[in-house]
Amino acid sequence: MAKSPNSFAASLTDAGIAALIAVALFGPLVGLKTEVTTGGLFLSQRWGDVAVMVAVVFVGRLALNLLVFKTDRPVTRSLAAALPSLTGLGRFGALLGPALLGLSVVLPFLMMYGAPDQSRYVIDLSILVLTYVMLGWGLNIVVGLAGLLDLGYVAFYAVGAYTYALLATTFGWSFWVCLPLAGLLAACWGMVLGFPVLRLRGDYLAIVTLAFGEIVRIVLLNWYDFTGGPNGINNIPRPSFFGIEFSRGEDGFAAIFGLEYSAMHRIVFLYYVILALALVTAFVTTRVRRLPVGRAWEALREDEIACRSLGINTTNTKLTAFAMGAMFGGFAGSFFATRQGFISPESFTFIESAVILAIVVLGGLGSQIGVVVAAIVMIGGFEVFRDLEEFRMLVFGLAMVLIMVWRPRGLVSTRVPSIALKERKAIGGELVGEGHG
Amino acid sequence: MEYFLQQLINGITLGSIYGLIAIGYTMVYGIIGMINFAHGDVFMVGAFIALVLIIGLGLTASAGLGLLILALILVLVVAMVLTSMWGWTIERLAYRPLRGSFRLAPLITAIGMSIVLQNFVQIVQGARVKPLQPIVTGGYTLIDDGGFVVQLSNIQILIIATTTILMIGFTLLISRTSLGRAQRACEQDRKMAALLGVNVDRTISLTFVIGASLAAVAGLMYLLYYGVIDFFIGFVAGVKAFTAAVLGGIGSLPGAMLGGLLLGLIETFWSGYFSIEYKDVAAFSILAIVLIFLPSGLLGRPEVEKV
Repeated sequence: MAKSPNSFAASLTDAGIAALIAVALFGPLVGLKTEVTTGGLFLSQRWGDVAVMVAVVFVGRLALNLLVFKTDRPVTRSLAAALPSLTGLGRFGALLGPALLGLSVVLPFLMMYGAPDQSRYVIDLSILVLTYVMLGWGLNIVVGLAGLLDLGYVAFYAVGAYTYALLATTFGWSFWVCLPLAGLLAACWGMVLGFPVLRLRGDYLAIVTLAFGEIVRIVLLNWYDFTGGPNGINNIPRPSFFGIEFSRGEDGFAAIFGLEYSAMHRIVFLYYVILALALVTAFVTTRVRRLPVGRAWEALREDEIACRSLGINTTNTKLTAFAMGAMFGGFAGSFFATRQGFISPESFTFIESAVILAIVVLGGLGSQIGVVVAAIVMIGGFEVFRDLEEFRMLVFGLAMVLIMVWRPRGLVSTRVPSIALKERKAIGGELVGEGHG
Repeated sequence: MEYFLQQLINGITLGSIYGLIAIGYTMVYGIIGMINFAHGDVFMVGAFIALVLIIGLGLTASAGLGLLILALILVLVVAMVLTSMWGWTIERLAYRPLRGSFRLAPLITAIGMSIVLQNFVQIVQGARVKPLQPIVTGGYTLIDDGGFVVQLSNIQILIIATTTILMIGFTLLISRTSLGRAQRACEQDRKMAALLGVNVDRTISLTFVIGASLAAVAGLMYLLYYGVIDFFIGFVAGVKAFTAAVLGGIGSLPGAMLGGLLLGLIETFWSGYFSIEYKDVAAFSILAIVLIFLPSGLLGRPEVEKV
């Protein structure tokens, strides 16, 4: 952008306009708070807060104008030059995956011997992040590879969770028996829900999947006899180490292995369970990508009409994508149920689907390592800002917007082709089709 | 029969509110092809602005009729202006930088904006439900033959009348004015419109402004009709209105209104005759069924893909 002779004056005017808009936006909503009292509603005034917010907008806009928008040498450019480029990733990128994998394998031991008082918190947080990594990888099959925009992914997560919870509490079946069943059932549901939407494209698909997600939640909420309604299901059995309980008693895990009893054993075990589940998801996805069906998914994402003219059965291709994505969602769901010990429909709201989709898109559609980076940034960041309390969700939303505006193609926007002649070259995400449903 | 008539009146009222919100979705979708997920929350912001204004003016049912009408018009206009500034700002900050980027990027910023708006209002206005004393009271008894009494309340008349007037005005705006022409041109081919001298950015901004101001109207109507709002009403209303827009054929204005009315009727009749818990399931199921047989909605143009 060319530097105008009076760029400071222009910046000042612009910031002034922004401040005026801020007055109009924040004035009524922040300045006047509606208080509920017994006599009805009345207003309390907080003009000081408005003044602060407007001042922040003015100064922020002025700084942005002077440093980025209306100058010949934007700071962002020199910053971008100084930081290692994420787009290229280069040699660093090739090492990122193995490095993260190695770290995740040794993390519980590092924490337990390095910082025992912190370990419980860090491992719990890592379990949460890994759950979202797994969900992200599962959804990545549907959205990233097959290009089908699914806004109701949480439905399969719920199916998995309720399958395990109901089987375990009703029949007393073990986690390891229920896990495949939960995955299978979720996959069936993926097909059942996928079948009606085969003909839909793009945003129609998005809204119908959103509707299905809501339908599943509403049914779970209202079917008291079966799901316990809003009370959810309590006392879901914890997983055992292939039959050995993590208990204090004689036949507990600690006693059999000659260890001193510690509550951490179960948490570390849960950590490895979700790590293994997530790695299975990643492994299966990378392998399936090279099978005919995986290639068909990517072809479908690039161009459905071309796909059909080349004789690919789009019905089967879409259904397998839905089923496979749903299956991993179901696995993650039963893990969630066994970890929490309690589930209720509240855990399966649309916001969950939105967060999972945001992780996939922020990470860079179709990129496995991107999902990991995005999950760490979003979920880890969300936990780190715990002190912000009610501002936390606000910051989360703002982060979603800012990251997307900053990197519309996601944090990791390079792709490695599934198959290549001679040489494998990473390409920029801009060159990959995003799918039209 | 009387019960049916009463449900019909209630359904049309609810449908009018859905229709007003649905227009915002359908117009934005028509012009830039994105689901503006934050639109439901813009509606919620509009309702809160209206609430603040009503309490600020000290408006109650005891005010005289003339004064009440004047004050309500004032609240309506101010709420429309302020809410449309929210719509404009959101477009400017979260969607415009991503124009021409890939398709899912603005969807994610829209979801982010929706989270931001909900939590912003929750923080600044509190999480508690805000009950408002009824302001527009009274009504007419249409049928009273000893059985079920069919009533048409003044607030229902107000909602249906306002919606009808706005719909007529809005249809004229789109079909007769240069703004409407620019809007339709951008909808058909944004690049060509730009080459012919249409200011595309401004047209898109105005689309958001119009959508947000209609959402503010819906917000005020919702507030007056139900008398309770909280920071979360935007989500459900938004999903329903988007369903209405898709049902009617997204991108089509009469479709949005028709879809809104249909959805309002389906929901009301389902609650009236079957079960109130599953009214959302009914609405969403109808949506799925319609889309399976008519993939482009009731009045939408079928999407023709050129190869």
